[in-house]
Amino acid sequence: MSEQQPPLISIDDLTVEFTTRDGTVTAVRNVSFKLAKGETLGIVGESGSGKSVTSYALMRILDGNGEVAGGELQYSGIDLKRATDRQMRDIRGREISMIFQNPRTALNPIRKVGQQIEDVMREHAIAAGGLAKKRAIELLETVRIRDPEKRYHAYPHELSGGMCQRVVIALALACRPRVLIADEPTTGLDVTTQKAIMDMVQELAAEQGLSTILITHDLGLAATYCQRIVVMKAGEVIEAADVRDLFARPQADYTKALIEATPRRDATIRGLLPPDDPRRGQPDLSRQPASAGTEPLLSVRNLTKVFPAASGGSWLPWRKTDPTEGFTAVDGISFDIAAGESVGLVGESGCGKSTTSMMIMRLLDVTDGSITLAGEDLSAIPAARFARHPARARLQFVFQDATDSLNPRFTAARCIADPVLRLSDVKGRARVRRRVEDLADMVGLPRTLLDRFPHQLSGGQKARVGIARAIALNPKLLILDEPTAALDVSVQAVVLNLLADLRTELGMSYLFVSHDLNVVNLLCERVLVMQAGQIIEEGPASQVMAAPNTEYARALLESAPEPPPSLLNRKAAA
Amino acid sequence: MTDVTAFEAGVKPRSHIVYILTENPVSIVAIAGFAVIVFAAIFGPLVAPYDPLATNASVSLQPPSWAHWFGTDQLGRDVFSRVLAAARLDLMISVAAVGLSFVIGAAIGSAAGYFGGWTDRITGRVVDTIMAFPLFVLAMGIVAALGNTVENIIYATAIINVPFYARVARAEAAIRRNAGFVQAAKLSGNSDIRILATQIFPNALPPMAVQASLNMGWAILNAAGLSFIGLGVRPPTPEWGIMVAEGANFIISGEWWLAIFPGMALMLTVFTFNLLGDALRDIVDPRQRT
Amino acid sequence: MKPFARLRMVLGRIGQALPALFGVIVVTFILTRALPGDPAVYFAGPAADEASIQQIREALGLDRPLYEQFVYYLGDLASGDLGVSISTGQPVLEELARRLPASLELTLGALLLSLAVAIPMGVLAATNPGRPIDHICRVIATAGVSLPTFFTGIALVFVFYYLLGWSPAPIGRLDFAYLSPPPITGFYTVDALLDGDPETAVAAAGQLLLPMITLALFTLAPIARMTRGAMLQALGSDFIRTAKAAGLSQRVILIRYAFRNAMLPVITTLGMVFSFTLGANVLVEKVFAWPGIGSFAVDALVVSDYAAVQGFVLTMAMLFVLLNLLIDITYTLIDPRIEAND
Repeated sequence: MSEQQPPLISIDDLTVEFTTRDGTVTAVRNVSFKLAKGETLGIVGESGSGKSVTSYALMRILDGNGEVAGGELQYSGIDLKRATDRQMRDIRGREISMIFQNPRTALNPIRKVGQQIEDVMREHAIAAGGLAKKRAIELLETVRIRDPEKRYHAYPHELSGGMCQRVVIALALACRPRVLIADEPTTGLDVTTQKAIMDMVQELAAEQGLSTILITHDLGLAATYCQRIVVMKAGEVIEAADVRDLFARPQADYTKALIEATPRRDATIRGLLPPDDPRRGQPDLSRQPASAGTEPLLSVRNLTKVFPAASGGSWLPWRKTDPTEGFTAVDGISFDIAAGESVGLVGESGCGKSTTSMMIMRLLDVTDGSITLAGEDLSAIPAARFARHPARARLQFVFQDATDSLNPRFTAARCIADPVLRLSDVKGRARVRRRVEDLADMVGLPRTLLDRFPHQLSGGQKARVGIARAIALNPKLLILDEPTAALDVSVQAVVLNLLADLRTELGMSYLFVSHDLNVVNLLCERVLVMQAGQIIEEGPASQVMAAPNTEYARALLESAPEPPPSLLNRKAAA
Repeated sequence: MTDVTAFEAGVKPRSHIVYILTENPVSIVAIAGFAVIVFAAIFGPLVAPYDPLATNASVSLQPPSWAHWFGTDQLGRDVFSRVLAAARLDLMISVAAVGLSFVIGAAIGSAAGYFGGWTDRITGRVVDTIMAFPLFVLAMGIVAALGNTVENIIYATAIINVPFYARVARAEAAIRRNAGFVQAAKLSGNSDIRILATQIFPNALPPMAVQASLNMGWAILNAAGLSFIGLGVRPPTPEWGIMVAEGANFIISGEWWLAIFPGMALMLTVFTFNLLGDALRDIVDPRQRT
Repeated sequence: MKPFARLRMVLGRIGQALPALFGVIVVTFILTRALPGDPAVYFAGPAADEASIQQIREALGLDRPLYEQFVYYLGDLASGDLGVSISTGQPVLEELARRLPASLELTLGALLLSLAVAIPMGVLAATNPGRPIDHICRVIATAGVSLPTFFTGIALVFVFYYLLGWSPAPIGRLDFAYLSPPPITGFYTVDALLDGDPETAVAAAGQLLLPMITLALFTLAPIARMTRGAMLQALGSDFIRTAKAAGLSQRVILIRYAFRNAMLPVITTLGMVFSFTLGANVLVEKVFAWPGIGSFAVDALVVSDYAAVQGFVLTMAMLFVLLNLLIDITYTLIDPRIEAND
């Protein structure tokens, strides 16, 4: 990267304000950074950091109530702040392209994907008519979509998430722009798909001489694919440096905390906490081996779930659905969980892990197989009747989306009190309230927040409410379905520590369902890897992480974006 | 694109209501109008200057004057007093009809949305059948069959409105059926009925209340329309629809006040309810603004 | 898609409409036969004496058990026998068939007019949110929904006929001075043009204008609201953001991307609007003395012409079901997201 060449994009002292009903909100404040030609720059930040707003301001696609209140935006000598609408429209798509997260919704649902690519080319007078179609098919091939001639005629809902994102990338690169801005392009995609897409973007960038800005909350992802990283927090740039320098010698405290909080292979759960956190010193008692020889707490044998196929003639009541036609989500799996043990269930979307956890929780009926908890066969009891069964209290659940799992009309206290009121013998307002307060203390939720409604709580606070509710009945088995996936990395660090401590305190067993092997490694002794409804690998977590037996598990491990310190070791060694 | 805006603070309900109402000055007008209508409905017959039914042939067909603000009709009755008195009847009919259909629609709709399966299919067919009958058509059918009374009009209007509430209730229940907090409630030991009553219904109530307020205007229009063609309320009872019907005969000869005043009253009432409904919808779910 | 998948979907939709159709028939049967009191009295009319009531009772099979009556009822329907109108002495079906074109001309004209005004209005409001034009459109839409059709009609007659004298007297489809054109479509305006008689066409159009506007004002509001709502939602979608970021022009974004997506929910609204209109038809026809099926039914009601009213109810309901089916099928065919296994 020569110093003489002027930067392709130059942002100086950018300030962006939004007019809301509560006054003016400054989303971005005095932000400056540059993008050199051919460089891949990463902008990393948690929610509210302003990382996306900066790019929206650059492309001049801010919401109606947002505006650039100060600073300069330059692209290749053009003043983007003062450019006319006409000029901006020429620049968008032809010079600077942007792709977003949620690839499925990013495409027009009632227009063929090939035609959408053509629209862009026609708009920028790159190609027209039959030539445009030919070029569109070529582009689909460039983004590694098989059968591009056929896929040209596909609608977005007929394609998978990964394929949709490839189409979006093809759309973005249709006019051969010089800059590609990718705003959380792989959030929501499977880890293996994520790697495939990011690798492809990297290759295309090299082939076409693209400069890229990658906006993400995942520090590991940025470290793997970017040369320089800008760290943002609350609308300001905290630190900016080459990848190597950033991880070897982080300057700001926030950067240090962020690096520590990113789950990585060689991390410990206490190690996730910020460097100056006193709790770091507390011993982690959660990784104790299970007591040998005792009866397993949970015993799952040959668990199967087949979802009946939708039949076309469903309006004829006497037409039975064919039982052999159907989708087998879970295909006869068996495993045990010992008392006090924490087991991880890992797999990508569609592997059946969520269906498995739903069945064990008795929210879903089983098609075949047994679920035995402390000697009692729970699968025999239909899901519809389980709510009032005495065994209900022994099995509880922590949801992935804490916001969705709380009734918006209930206060936090009422949410936590629900299981206490329904299934425990704690009676009377005062006693229930005391129990709720005890639970709040246990999960680190300030008592003053108990009378707030969910929309008045932060993500981390809502997660704590969900956990407090889940442990309210002192369950023997707690199933956690990606409980920290929706949380910021720093909040995730704290919550994971909380979960580890609670397990030892209350003597619970965990079934931790996740797609993230690094997180599972932190919290679980044993790991089960699922694919297409079957358990294809199982063993102690450390062993599976170090030397996986199956091809799939190996692919999962390798696809996880390399956490920084390991990266450093590898890069140094190479 | 709204996720790009900066952090949101918890918004207090009261300040939200105040914001919505003051942001659109029309809402304030609507509230004022609503107050006037309710006053007229409750106190109308008491504050009316003349007896709405009192005839006086000597002052028939007088244009508006200081003595008779809205003029007099062909039987010498004071139009203003009649308009005022009619408020009560029209409002009563629509409130009864809307109330009835609200309760029935909410019950079957939320059950259909929550339980799905056969409950959903059967109620769906029933609702489809009801919706197949245009209101006036069904009302005429019912009246022809069961008799021309105010009660039957209320029933007819109520039946016609059930599909709207059922649909809203069903949608709200179906959305929430798989929500996390419903599953959490099951985990906490709540039975299905309890979940429907304590968790789903309170959440479904605001959109349904919006629907009800929007429906009120339509219900009033229907009541008046049915009386216009001679169904339900009969002369000499003062009712806006009848008054317009009777006044229509005189409009061609230039005596406009018999029909125009009750018509305006009707229009303004319905307009007020619709504006209120819009304001309510803005308060409850700003995304659905129309 | 699998071969014949679309055909199967269409058949499926038709199948879904059958229960509603059946329900309509059952309900009207109950209204006609299974009522408190003696149905024969209703059918015989208020002027009948004991002997003719008994005659009617036997003729209509009202002394038979209920399920037998239902079978006969179905048979009657299949052969198009809806009974005989007391007031005109003609078979009800014939009367309805004769008067249907008048109602259709009015309704279709009104729908086209309101579509032409409401959709641009809705789009305009959605593309200028919060600005004066948006508020104006919203107020017009809310006002339209609040207007009692019978009142609007009367007010329009007062202003444009009595005060201004611009429009002809509201006495039906054609002034006495003109002869009705030879019936081809049943629409006077169209038929007159086809007959090469522009004078009559203009006269017919003049008569049509006020009632059409009255009806159109009523249907304007829900269509405008729906268009505005659907456009707003479409414009706020993620794929519009992608289109903007790709530099597509405002025109392309608006028309090819947003509008086409927004039209889908608007089409489904049309079914509902048509139902309202079939109801409002009755009122408008009465005000303007329009000889359609609505005024036929109202007149029949006043003289307790029972069979006529029931025939009207059945016909309108079935018409509505069929129309909704048509709209449903159209929607199924043009929305690519609807899968065969829906």
